[in-house]
Amino acid sequence: MAVESLAGNVSETPATGQTVTLEVFRYRPEEETEPVYQAYEVPVHKDWVVLDALNHIKDHLDGTLSYRWSCRMGVCGSCGMMVNGDARLTCATFVESLLPGPIRVEPLENFPVVRDLVIEMTDFMEKLESVKPWIIRDEEKPLEDGEYLQTPAQLADFEQFSMCINCLLCYAACPVYGLEPGFTGPAVIALAQRYNLDSRDQGAGERNAVLDTDEGIWQCTLVGECSEVCPKDVDPAAAIQRYKVSSTLQWYRNLLMPWSSK
Amino acid sequence: MSANPQHTPYHPRWYRAPMPIFWWVRRWIHARFILRELTSIFVAGYALVYLLQLRALGMGPEAYGRFLELLQSPLSISLHGISLVFVMYHSITWFNLAPRALSLRLGGRRVPDKVIAGLNFAAWAGMSAALLWVTLTG
Ligand code: SF4
Ligand code: FES
Repeated sequence: MAVESLAGNVSETPATGQTVTLEVFRYRPEEETEPVYQAYEVPVHKDWVVLDALNHIKDHLDGTLSYRWSCRMGVCGSCGMMVNGDARLTCATFVESLLPGPIRVEPLENFPVVRDLVIEMTDFMEKLESVKPWIIRDEEKPLEDGEYLQTPAQLADFEQFSMCINCLLCYAACPVYGLEPGFTGPAVIALAQRYNLDSRDQGAGERNAVLDTDEGIWQCTLVGECSEVCPKDVDPAAAIQRYKVSSTLQWYRNLLMPWSSK
Repeated sequence: MSANPQHTPYHPRWYRAPMPIFWWVRRWIHARFILRELTSIFVAGYALVYLLQLRALGMGPEAYGRFLELLQSPLSISLHGISLVFVMYHSITWFNLAPRALSLRLGGRRVPDKVIAGLNFAAWAGMSAALLWVTLTG
């Protein structure tokens, strides 16, 4: 019941009397080997986002449609899809901005599709884990010594990169990832930088082993589209380029002053 | 009943969309990127011409004179014109990307992207002007 009243709230925003066609990517592996597009006629309500339209389909037209979502407010990162070919958070994309339609909704590009709009993201999870996205210390100081302190300026160094919600829009927008699935990819590198640039962290060397490689940062050819689609202004393209600059400097430093490398 | 012989329950068959060869024509931003990559050929072309010019210079005044004559042919001039357009495109997009690679801090605040790109453009204009001055007065 609680769920129904929630859904009720959303559809209570005034209907505009218009309708719009959603062309939704369907892939049901038990039925078809190739995906098909299914058209749904959906009423347009004021302030509806594409996710509301999908929920309308699920609730009233076709309960078999599968897709992911959770927060409906751009925080959880689970509702990313291709909307008219652009990688978008469907909970932050207004239907009214896409009228008169039709609106084409597809699963995120560059990922295998499990079903309908649901993609398989294990590859991302494993890559994320490989860069150890947590604070690494050579030696932990004893608990009695208190917290590791940080100034606002030190926080500002990495704060932007900590905003990532793992929505994977940047992977869907990255042609390098599409062509070279081994590429570590934008969000993982940005998140590695988030820890590398943290004044409390000492794990940059360990992360370098994964990142200062061809499949790490060097496959990036700076298309820049990851930063364009990122809903959180993480700017992963900048994270990668700065990583390239600092690892090049490190390379020269090691060459000129071999004794300084650890 | 399963219409898909590949499918077995609980072991989903993933669908993998193939990436078309012409993936980059579908979106303007990707076409722009490929165009930028292609401009590298012209940048390399310029470098090659320059190297050949140095070689001619090393081979003595006569060879150098012949090389200069070659440079003045209509074909060479039109090729240079085309290259100029592409190299300009390459340089402008490169400078616009510079803020991505460079994060400068001054007095605790990040230098805005526009300033970083602007400084690059200014340096470019300055050097071009200096070169022009040397060429015209030299
Ligand atoms: S970097 Fe941006 S686009 Fe990429 S996963 Fe994180 S929030 Fe999403
Ligand atoms: S539903 Fe959580 S980000 Fe869209």
